[in-house]
Amino acid sequence: MPEVTVTVDGVAYEEEVEPRLLLVHLLRDRLGRTGTPIGCDTGNCGSCTVLLDGRSAKSCSVLAVQADGSDVVTVEGLASGGDLHPMQRAFHEEHALQCGYCTPGMIMAAIDLLRDDPDPSEEAVRRGLEGNLCRCTGYCTIVRAVRRGARAMSGGRDAGPGGEAGGEAAGGPAGGEAAGEPAGEGVAAP
Amino acid sequence: MTEQLDAGLVARRIAGSDQVGEPRDPAEGREVGRARRRREDARLITGRTRWTDNIQLPGMLHVAFLRSPMAHARLTRVDVSAALAMPGVVAAFSGRDFAGEQGSLPCAWPVSEDVVIPDHPPMAVDRVRYVGEAVACVVATDRYRAADALEAIEADYEPLEAVLDMTEALSDGAPAVHEAGNQAFTWRFSGGDADAAFHDAPVVLDRTYVQQRLIPTAMEPRAVVAVPEGEGFTLYSATQIPHILRVMLALTTGIPEHLLRVVAPDVGGGFGSKLQVTAEEVLGLLLARRLGRPVKWTESRSEGNLTAHHGRDQIQRISVAAERDGRIRGVRVDLLADMGAYLMLVTPGVPLLGAFMYSGVYKMDAYDFTCTGVFTTKVPTDAYRGAGRPEATFAIERAVDELAAELGLDPVEVRRRNWISREEFPYTTVAGLTYDSGDYEAATERALALFGYDELRAEQADRRERRDPVQLGIGVSTYTEMCGLAPSRVLGSLSYGAGGWEHAAVRLLPTGKVEVVTGTSPHGQGHETSWSQITADALGVPFEDVSVLHGDTAVSPRGMDTYGSRSLVVGGVAVLAACEKVKEKAKRLAAHLLEAADDDVEFADGTFRVRGTDQGRTIQELALAAFAAHDLPDGFEPRLDADATFDPENFSFPHGTHLCAVEADTETGRVAIRSYVAVDDVGRVVNPLIVEGQVRGGIAQGIGQALFEEAVHDTGGNLLTTTMADYLIPSAADLPDFVTDRTETPATSNPLGVKGVGEAGTIAATPAVVNAVVDALRPHGVRDVPMPCTPERVWRALARSRANDGGTR
Amino acid sequence: MIPAPFDYVRPASLDEACRVLGEAGDGDGDGEVKALAGGQSLLPLLRLRLAYPSVLVDLGRLEELRGVHDRGDHVFIGALTTHDEVLRSPVVREHAPLVALATATVADPAVRHRGTFGGSLAHADPAGDLPAVALALDCVLVTASGAGGREIPAAGFFTGYLETALEPGEVLTGVKVPKLGDGWGFHYEKFHRTAQAWAVVGVAAAVRIDAGAVAQARIGLTNMGPAPVRARAVETALRGVTPPAAGAGGGHDPVKDACAWADEGTSPPTDLHARPDYRRHLARVLTHRAVRAALP
Repeated sequence: MPEVTVTVDGVAYEEEVEPRLLLVHLLRDRLGRTGTPIGCDTGNCGSCTVLLDGRSAKSCSVLAVQADGSDVVTVEGLASGGDLHPMQRAFHEEHALQCGYCTPGMIMAAIDLLRDDPDPSEEAVRRGLEGNLCRCTGYCTIVRAVRRGARAMSGGRDAGPGGEAGGEAAGGPAGGEAAGEPAGEGVAAP
Repeated sequence: MTEQLDAGLVARRIAGSDQVGEPRDPAEGREVGRARRRREDARLITGRTRWTDNIQLPGMLHVAFLRSPMAHARLTRVDVSAALAMPGVVAAFSGRDFAGEQGSLPCAWPVSEDVVIPDHPPMAVDRVRYVGEAVACVVATDRYRAADALEAIEADYEPLEAVLDMTEALSDGAPAVHEAGNQAFTWRFSGGDADAAFHDAPVVLDRTYVQQRLIPTAMEPRAVVAVPEGEGFTLYSATQIPHILRVMLALTTGIPEHLLRVVAPDVGGGFGSKLQVTAEEVLGLLLARRLGRPVKWTESRSEGNLTAHHGRDQIQRISVAAERDGRIRGVRVDLLADMGAYLMLVTPGVPLLGAFMYSGVYKMDAYDFTCTGVFTTKVPTDAYRGAGRPEATFAIERAVDELAAELGLDPVEVRRRNWISREEFPYTTVAGLTYDSGDYEAATERALALFGYDELRAEQADRRERRDPVQLGIGVSTYTEMCGLAPSRVLGSLSYGAGGWEHAAVRLLPTGKVEVVTGTSPHGQGHETSWSQITADALGVPFEDVSVLHGDTAVSPRGMDTYGSRSLVVGGVAVLAACEKVKEKAKRLAAHLLEAADDDVEFADGTFRVRGTDQGRTIQELALAAFAAHDLPDGFEPRLDADATFDPENFSFPHGTHLCAVEADTETGRVAIRSYVAVDDVGRVVNPLIVEGQVRGGIAQGIGQALFEEAVHDTGGNLLTTTMADYLIPSAADLPDFVTDRTETPATSNPLGVKGVGEAGTIAATPAVVNAVVDALRPHGVRDVPMPCTPERVWRALARSRANDGGTR
Repeated sequence: MIPAPFDYVRPASLDEACRVLGEAGDGDGDGEVKALAGGQSLLPLLRLRLAYPSVLVDLGRLEELRGVHDRGDHVFIGALTTHDEVLRSPVVREHAPLVALATATVADPAVRHRGTFGGSLAHADPAGDLPAVALALDCVLVTASGAGGREIPAAGFFTGYLETALEPGEVLTGVKVPKLGDGWGFHYEKFHRTAQAWAVVGVAAAVRIDAGAVAQARIGLTNMGPAPVRARAVETALRGVTPPAAGAGGGHDPVKDACAWADEGTSPPTDLHARPDYRRHLARVLTHRAVRAALP
């Protein structure tokens, strides 16, 4: 059986694998990195998205042998020492998840998206996430979270006023970038 | 190297960032109504989740099922011997091997006297009735070897004719899905005198709508881990219903209920698809028993599309009798509902949940409903978000738009002339439901303003005038629904097999922290956060001091679980009721310790005080005092805790107005949503973030039905939409932002005033979108486009009406 | 789902790849030898057990097959260049903009990071976006094999549904994309039901205007048959046509008339999303849109 060397979330592994072993099964079943879930078998849903040598990839559509020598970052490798990655924080702050199954892939895809476009428009975010499906949120808050995360990543940890976390019904339409930058309560400094 | 994550630290950091969404009036100090960010998120955004498929246990084996490639056949032979010889295979079985113990998968809703509930073996024994039905299984050391061994199983089939079309299924001489025939049941219901309402009616509208078959598509595929433990078993399952599942598994397998523990770990969405007792759960348990080892089964998406129950699939004939001014006299509905091959947990009850909703928000004299359940050789249908109510709402809201078009009236105006006005509540509808509260005027006015209704109508007129190839359509949906599936007596009268109460327990711990045990089983709904808010307010304790336990029958022994937008309305209220009981106990203890009469002690902000003095005890002090038990009133048990169940007297009735504008490209048939406004009234709101999230997600699913989704079979009964490449659910790039807002008319049927929100968006959205599509095409002579309104269907509808018109338009 | 077992070879050189692909081709009659590039189309087929190769030859480490090169009269795109690399290439953007336009519509970003230009062409899915582009531009597909290798014009490369002219032991090494010179405009019009779905119909259009009239047009159609097709009748009909000024409403549009020939000679498939008559209609409408958008 081929032997593969991969670094996953900063830890180097050497594993003998069947050639057909999917990268996502290497992560989940062999290495115990179960933070990356599987949602389909055709590469459509994006739940299993990881960063493979720095770029987003669907780990269900990559053989472990193809990843030999590669560096893999999963959602479990984003936070360090208790500090959330700004994108993780933004997903929380914008209520961009419900069941949370798509969330790891969504967050990884979002981080990748910002490499090319550090301040994406709503439309760019929507297009950039076309390969990640969510069944719970209707995407509105995910789009906001990615833009909030983008601001946090480019402008430091505090994204400043943002989010509609406090958007109250009676106060007006709680929807949409159409109303300009969301104006909710500020985020407490970390 | 990345430092390892300290989950506790992350949780604290998250909590630290959650001092946002302050209540409008900080002095009020209330949690309920506050946009609290969710405490569930900490594990979900860091990958520290507990999905069922994550579970790995020593000696655990993996199960794979061989599934019928035939829609309908006699199963003449199954030979697993070659599979047994494959590497890593520990066991392999056919249905016959379990015939004596597998029982029949339960149907808990025998809706009528005439209902036929066929035997439904978890693994087929001698007949298969849908593509995907399990015929054999292998158990191997890992999932790869289990998958390989399936190919070594030999199964022989004698094909029988597939039964796919409901009308044909009911015709004479149709091949029988079951010995008793293809009719599962009939169910009739009426209010008022429909004959009188339709007799001489100035306007009668007859329409037929098809609710296509949908695949619920929760993002987490189903998974089961069955573990022999001690005398009994623990079953982990990606389920919405651990409590109901435990009872049903005990009844189905004969394993005594007290030896069965069911755990719903983190569950990645359900939408009704995990409100089921599945073949794989029963067989997982039986395999664990037979082999004495833990077994795991995880479905793939394509396996799930074939085998997890589908939703909708009804043909609705609706007739509306009306006056020329648009006032509705009566409605008749004749419904065919595709059961699929068997009746599963609530399969036949789904259309009944719609039966009471065809009058919608409208007043009318008469209503007549007939439903026939039909067996076909397809995977069974069952609950999918809204379950019966989206179908009913679609039909009446589509019909009202058609009525408006017929009479040349604005669809909003027709609704105004018919709806129950705000001063008429409580109102008993022609379908016999008493709507306790609502304000359709307020929600509609708000929606029209946010939408810019008049401006859009003006633009529409302009585009029509210009014969713009891209036409604008405006769709209206003024929906209501019955939810908070509860009143046990009512459910009983509808022959449902269980009650609708919900349970909660609240425990003050010696250190003043609070454990809340709930019988609801969240899988994305955020109960840990909302229930904490309710508790924090009720007991006057910090939000952070509350934890919510759920989804494990060993921890939360009583419950009716999560579906039907019931959790807050029933379960959340049960939490409040348990808190009130705890407070009563605490008050007695406080009075004792403060040497005051019970009636002289009052409670505010977590402290019990003697009226008119500054003497008091905090609830935390009382918790410690109860624990220490040094000085308790006579007969006072040394704990501050309580159980409560809540069983409301009525359903709850959220309502709202959804408006959708679409641009329809008449050259290609493509429809794009231009704007979408939803104003919902879900009563009092515990957490606006969560409420808006539910509404938006519901809208996306409703749009999915309207424009994208359909389970398609070929003429042999093979499902063609087995993957996400074929069964299209919308991505972020396919949807616009939704404008959401609320009005708040508190429910009067529960002390929180809440109405439930889980299904509202889905119920409302589908007719709003399709009404918009048809509205865009109406000048071209189009009166309907079947769902999903794909580009091809829109194009064909246009082509047909052009042909009918002799090309004059 | 889980792929069936296969043997795996990761050749270190192109020669070795050709040899392995040639040898294994004679082997096990059950399966076949299959080249693996980015795997974004192949992996789902393996997982669904719709493909049962006995040997998978992973070309992924053949660095010489990677990269975009400006070669004077053409752009050479190495077969293993990922879609993402193609999109980032200034050479492609400048000299082969139609390739960039179509590549941007392929699947989704994560798939574009792994999927390759050559892999998409060799997979020859009639619903894939790039074969029609290669056809429209008269690209030349360059191969290597034990026998030396060939240069295959796109018109001869796509031989049928998921079928190409590649022989056993022959590896697609890259694609020559001719530079069309001045005066050309480009557009790829993709019609699909959801953002990441396959094209129901796609139209790749390149149009050159000279003195206000169409001097030349190249049009390739996606998913209008088992293999990509050139809309030759439209190309002919467009020649010499003067497009109406932008914004000129109503009236006779000779471009539209020419594009009405778009479905000529096609044999569109029936699938979940469209039947043939609708595809023919779409081809006409979308070709008109593509040509209009391509006008320089």
